[in-house]
Amino acid sequence: MALLSTETLPIRAEIDVVTARRRVRDLAAQLGFSLVNQTKVVTAASELARNTIIHGGGGSMVAETLNGPRTGLRLTFEDNGPGIPDIELALRDGFTTGSGLGLGLGGAKRLANEFEVASRVGQGTKVTITRWK
Amino acid sequence: MGRFLLVTIQVDMHDRLALALQDDLTQMISDTEARGVLIDISSLEIVDSFIGRMLGNIAAMSRVLDAETVVVGMRPAVAITLVELGMSFTGVRTALNVDAGMELLKSAVNGNKQGHGTSVH
Repeated sequence: MALLSTETLPIRAEIDVVTARRRVRDLAAQLGFSLVNQTKVVTAASELARNTIIHGGGGSMVAETLNGPRTGLRLTFEDNGPGIPDIELALRDGFTTGSGLGLGLGGAKRLANEFEVASRVGQGTKVTITRWK
Repeated sequence: MGRFLLVTIQVDMHDRLALALQDDLTQMISDTEARGVLIDISSLEIVDSFIGRMLGNIAAMSRVLDAETVVVGMRPAVAITLVELGMSFTGVRTALNVDAGMELLKSAVNGNKQGHGTSVH
């Protein structure tokens, strides 16, 4: 898999979620994503960026553009927060420890083609999604 | 017919701004004794769970204040994404555009008038 570009954005304050959405939109458009697929990946990024702040206490997003054999966008959200004790439970719709709807993690998974979450209690969480063109 | 409030969301809102809109609008419904609220989201490129929840909250709060809410102008790509995200949007009336939304509001408000006297559960 060929990596076209990689960049890191801080996800620390609410406004960073807006910046991340905009950047993901630009990258997806540059890669030639359809409008629906742009919207899906931007929405997934919005959910995960919010999680990074609310549950992880802030962190970063790494955006990688990929091509060959397939064109896609890979986003990695990483924080050094308290971690997720039970990932299966966290993925369940309606489960939330915050004040949201509990759709963030599971919703982002459905909006992506590939989804990976790694978390260690007390150390942090890393969520990676890939959306193909 | 009563007063209607028309809200057009034109910027990509961060979460606190969305909450401020929710609070301001609820206050405005009370201050103006509005019977209906029409929210135009045609400028929004995405609706995530947070914005979706805000729209649901506005609809619920306005109902308590005896006003109807209609959300109009959702882009097709946004609708597809919302469903996949898992948002059911129950309790939020929607219409394709402002005109259709106004018609829906009018009939909803009139319908409520005729429905006066029915018990509240």
